[in-house]
Amino acid sequence: MGVEGIGAKVLRKEDRRFITGRGRYVDDMSVPGMKHGAFVRSPHAHAKIKGIDTSAAREMPGVIDILDGQQLKADRIGNLICGWAVSSKDGSPMKMGAYPALADETVRYVGQPVAIVVAETRAQARDAAEVVMVDYEEMPAVVGSEAALADGAPQLHPEAEGNLCFDWEIGDEAAATSAISGAAHITRMKIINNRLVPNPMEPRAALGHYDPAEDHYTCWTTSQNPHVARLVMSAFYNVAPEHKLRVIAPDVGGGFGSKIYIYPEEIVCLWASKRTEVPVKWTSDRTEAFLTDAHGRDHVTHVEMAFDADHKIVGLKVDTKANLGAYMSLFSSATPTYLYATLLSGQYDIPAIYANVKGVYTNTAPVDAYRGAGRPEATYVVERTIETAARELGLSPAELRRKNFIRSFPHQTPVIMNYDTGDFEATLEAGMKAADVAGFEARREEAKGRGKLRGLGMSCYIEACGIAPSKAVGSLGAGVGLWESAEVRVNPVGTVEILTGSHSHGQGHETTFAQLVAERFGLPIDNVQIVHGDTDKVQFGMGTYGSRSGAVGMSAIVKALDKVEAKAKKIAAHVLEADEGDIVIENGEVKVVGTDKKLGWHEVCLGAYTGHNLPDGMEPGLKEGAFYDPQNFTFPAGCYICEVEVDPETGTTEIIQFVAADDFGNIINPMIVEGQVHGGLAQGIGQALLEGTHYDEAGQLVTASYMDYAMPRAWDLPMFKVETLVTACTTNPLGIKGCGEAGAIGSPPAVINAITDAIGNNDLSMPATPEKVWNAIHAAS
Amino acid sequence: MYETSYQRPSSIDEAIKLLGDGEGEAKLLSGGMTLIPTMKQRLAMPSVLIDLRHISDLKGISVDGSKIRIGGATTHAEIARHDGIKAAAPSFAYLAGLIGDPAVRHMGTIGGSVANFDPAADYPAALLAIGATIHTNTRELSADEFFLGMFETALEENEIVTAVSFEAPQAGGWEKFRNPASRYAMCAVFVAKRTDGSVGVGVTGAGNNGAFRWTEAESALSGSFDGSALDGLTVDEGAMMSDIHGTSAYRANLTKVVAKRALAKAK
Amino acid sequence: MSKVSMTVNGRTMTGDVEDRTLLVHFLRDTLGLTGTHVGCDTSQCGACVVHVDGKAVKSCTMLAAQASGSSVTTIEGLAKGQELHPVQAAFKEHHGLQCGYCTPGMIMTAVDMIGRHGASLDEETVREELDGNICRCTGYHNIVAAILSAAKSSGSQAEQPIAAE
Repeated sequence: MGVEGIGAKVLRKEDRRFITGRGRYVDDMSVPGMKHGAFVRSPHAHAKIKGIDTSAAREMPGVIDILDGQQLKADRIGNLICGWAVSSKDGSPMKMGAYPALADETVRYVGQPVAIVVAETRAQARDAAEVVMVDYEEMPAVVGSEAALADGAPQLHPEAEGNLCFDWEIGDEAAATSAISGAAHITRMKIINNRLVPNPMEPRAALGHYDPAEDHYTCWTTSQNPHVARLVMSAFYNVAPEHKLRVIAPDVGGGFGSKIYIYPEEIVCLWASKRTEVPVKWTSDRTEAFLTDAHGRDHVTHVEMAFDADHKIVGLKVDTKANLGAYMSLFSSATPTYLYATLLSGQYDIPAIYANVKGVYTNTAPVDAYRGAGRPEATYVVERTIETAARELGLSPAELRRKNFIRSFPHQTPVIMNYDTGDFEATLEAGMKAADVAGFEARREEAKGRGKLRGLGMSCYIEACGIAPSKAVGSLGAGVGLWESAEVRVNPVGTVEILTGSHSHGQGHETTFAQLVAERFGLPIDNVQIVHGDTDKVQFGMGTYGSRSGAVGMSAIVKALDKVEAKAKKIAAHVLEADEGDIVIENGEVKVVGTDKKLGWHEVCLGAYTGHNLPDGMEPGLKEGAFYDPQNFTFPAGCYICEVEVDPETGTTEIIQFVAADDFGNIINPMIVEGQVHGGLAQGIGQALLEGTHYDEAGQLVTASYMDYAMPRAWDLPMFKVETLVTACTTNPLGIKGCGEAGAIGSPPAVINAITDAIGNNDLSMPATPEKVWNAIHAAS
Repeated sequence: MYETSYQRPSSIDEAIKLLGDGEGEAKLLSGGMTLIPTMKQRLAMPSVLIDLRHISDLKGISVDGSKIRIGGATTHAEIARHDGIKAAAPSFAYLAGLIGDPAVRHMGTIGGSVANFDPAADYPAALLAIGATIHTNTRELSADEFFLGMFETALEENEIVTAVSFEAPQAGGWEKFRNPASRYAMCAVFVAKRTDGSVGVGVTGAGNNGAFRWTEAESALSGSFDGSALDGLTVDEGAMMSDIHGTSAYRANLTKVVAKRALAKAK
Repeated sequence: MSKVSMTVNGRTMTGDVEDRTLLVHFLRDTLGLTGTHVGCDTSQCGACVVHVDGKAVKSCTMLAAQASGSSVTTIEGLAKGQELHPVQAAFKEHHGLQCGYCTPGMIMTAVDMIGRHGASLDEETVREELDGNICRCTGYHNIVAAILSAAKSSGSQAEQPIAAE
């Protein structure tokens, strides 16, 4: 692998700017003449807008203009879209409620933008936004999905009767029903997957700059996919034509899904810049982030898992109500359907599966993909249920899982997915060994002596990354292709620039992507520059989410590198008068095997650009591009084991150890992979123990700051034990599967299974706060 | 934050004058650890802020045997690290060292905390338990007289907390159960065996009217300063706070559990 | 409006700002020192931590006017030219950062923490002292490892770990 090649623990190239305070995030940007935007937002969960009076606000110091939804409509700015069309089981298309970037008639969640104030300073814009008088007629609100489906519930959208956006199904209902009816044992559970607020530490921000001289627009925005943002803003929102709009996502401070979407604020900042002819910057504060960033999860599920007398799973039926919030977000239809129910087979050989998912509108912030996006919800359903079944059947949780593992590949599940590889027994064994499961009972006894309740919980997850191929997702309703592009530009001196459509917001692409070049040509990674996040530099790309940048983004780079390598070899063969097949490139040299004939890499590159001695007919230059469209998803899988100690007097849970044994396929940089696992685990443990999103009955978000929304802190978490095993993915050139979301997918059920094991009561919902656990202990005794 | 005007007096008299000039719209700014976040959320709009951090008469710690006096503008970090306090009243130094986080402790002051009387503030529990005296520019009050209820103290307009003094207890213990989100006390208890032999138990974060003395526990502990003395007691749920983080029943349970743990640590 | 004057990273800096201006906004908007970040409104996340007169404070919870006359060190002032501060180097060595947004505040907090505790820092104390710094990317594992490593090599004198109970 070489010191900087594939598999090497290479320290990150990008770190220097971050640790010296020289990162460049959107809010750090400033352009001449820039002014500041502040949004007037709905204080009500559901209300009609009777009128907006801006007269007093316009008199406030520093105010340049105030724009509202009527003006937006008059300028024919389009409504926000959902990029994935899901159909109900009766064949009807999902029911989209109109979502204007500034509400013009009705507001449907607290925090929905109603108007923007543009002023000289941020503080002045805020001062004036407070004085804009909006005359609301309040209407009744509904916040829970089950309540929203009930008769007589307040209705959100005229387009969606009964607040039902879609009633979708997958699998064979008759087969699953029949399997369950004849089963020897059925485990039934009601499972709630709690709503989460993503909370990347950098709040969203947008700087819209319209240049009247060139009739050109630039938008700096906190995006995970700037090209998709440009496409959507051009093609659907009519903000600017695509060739006259440049979208730049510079350093982005975390995303976790929440920065995939194109939000009202960036559309409005661009449009406001055109209207006012000044650059307009808006930066979210944390409360705005809580109110308006797309939330995650929020499922209510009833599950039935059926077993035969030999403890083999014979059928699985799942009924889920997915809270979509007040409007459809960019991928909010796919998250609780194709990204969720297709993973309900887990690591198990289940002959019959059926799932019904109802997507429901409520007066809450829109819900969309958040780290894991559907797969954590599926994993939580499957892994809580099988652990519970093991307890009911009197089997060890490992035993019941082993009994049902898929053991031959490829494996076709009843819910679309075709797993290419895996070794679930191996990750289970590795996890149990690392966690010293054999010694657990002795530790439990020891804890008992100290008045503490110890528990052990397990979760064997599988997930799907690099959602693809484009043709398949297109047939399922996706509005985009899910390939990735790359361009490799070799400079005449031999240094390399890689332009990628992937976008790094913490994942270390500047390092791992450079490692591919180090591996291929033996160049130091310092000679490689990764360019991303700017639509003027990179032609197109689909961005970074769904753990796709390795499996898809790097595969595109590999394809482009193949072409560069082939051309370089042709040039070298011509110059060295050797056969092309005898040329090898290593350690920065281009050699003829078995001889001492060679050229320096830089000589070949310079030769490509001088054009003095190229094969007949060859174009000069050394620059190649590629688009890579995967053949299949990749399927990372693993076994997570959590050991907890519960304080029965207070209900407090302490995580004593957390073991992750993952199979991510081949690994480019183990340090970065391990870091991704740590972060995912923290978010999953946060969901399980701490993070609760609470709307009151009127639709006010009670947990709208860190005072009430419990973020995982250092104190809440242990040092993690992370192990990796490898079964190489068979469907991409690097054999890699993806590691960005696994931690968040696999960990919540492990934590809850551990606590319920400790307290002897299986009836416990997330987040398992001290009071909930304390109550569950008392209910059990 | 609304616009305001910043003033930096160098004496207590000057600060009092500025307060008077402010006609009720001025606020004293000590560490600012509560006031500034409140202003950032536009929940307070003082026209004048009077910074107390540059008044030398409000600063300093003196320890004379068991007698301790702490100037109002003394930070939590200074208290936590003070060798004299650590020797005479280690539990009090320990409490100060667990307030907020290190950056908060570098700015936040005991005078600010006492004057604000946040229902989850830490010092009031200790000051009530120890039987401390609150000094202002005009008078001295016992902690019992000073702390009236949620955000309500005996302070009058144009009155500044200048110092806190107390006699170090024979034994003191502090235990804090944190709210997992805010990290403020959801329930925290200071137990003190005073030099006169009486016992004080101060509870913060749990009560629905601010920090309070748990008098039943004080009586029970006056015979035996040991957690088992609390076994027969129950805490009145009706006097407990209830919110999304914990019901009154849960906080009532916590009060007893946390008090026992404070006792176990007492030294 | 008031004139404020302070030493920032060794240089005297002055500016005319509204009295309501927070120190973080003075640093970012007036002085262009954008390494200090804002991550919350409630003074809890610690992305804004700087040192004022040698002590870690939250620059989002201090007015620029309050800091007038003080000496301020920001993340930009930590390295000596090309030579990283040992804590910066430890964060890189241990992969203690991902998106980099919380990192300046984490490092400033860590430097302060190590200054007070020296080589005696243990894991429990580090986690307790990070109470006012939130990271969403790393799960803290590598941040804790980086701080412990930097503390160990600092070789400075120990104080009592406060989290020890």
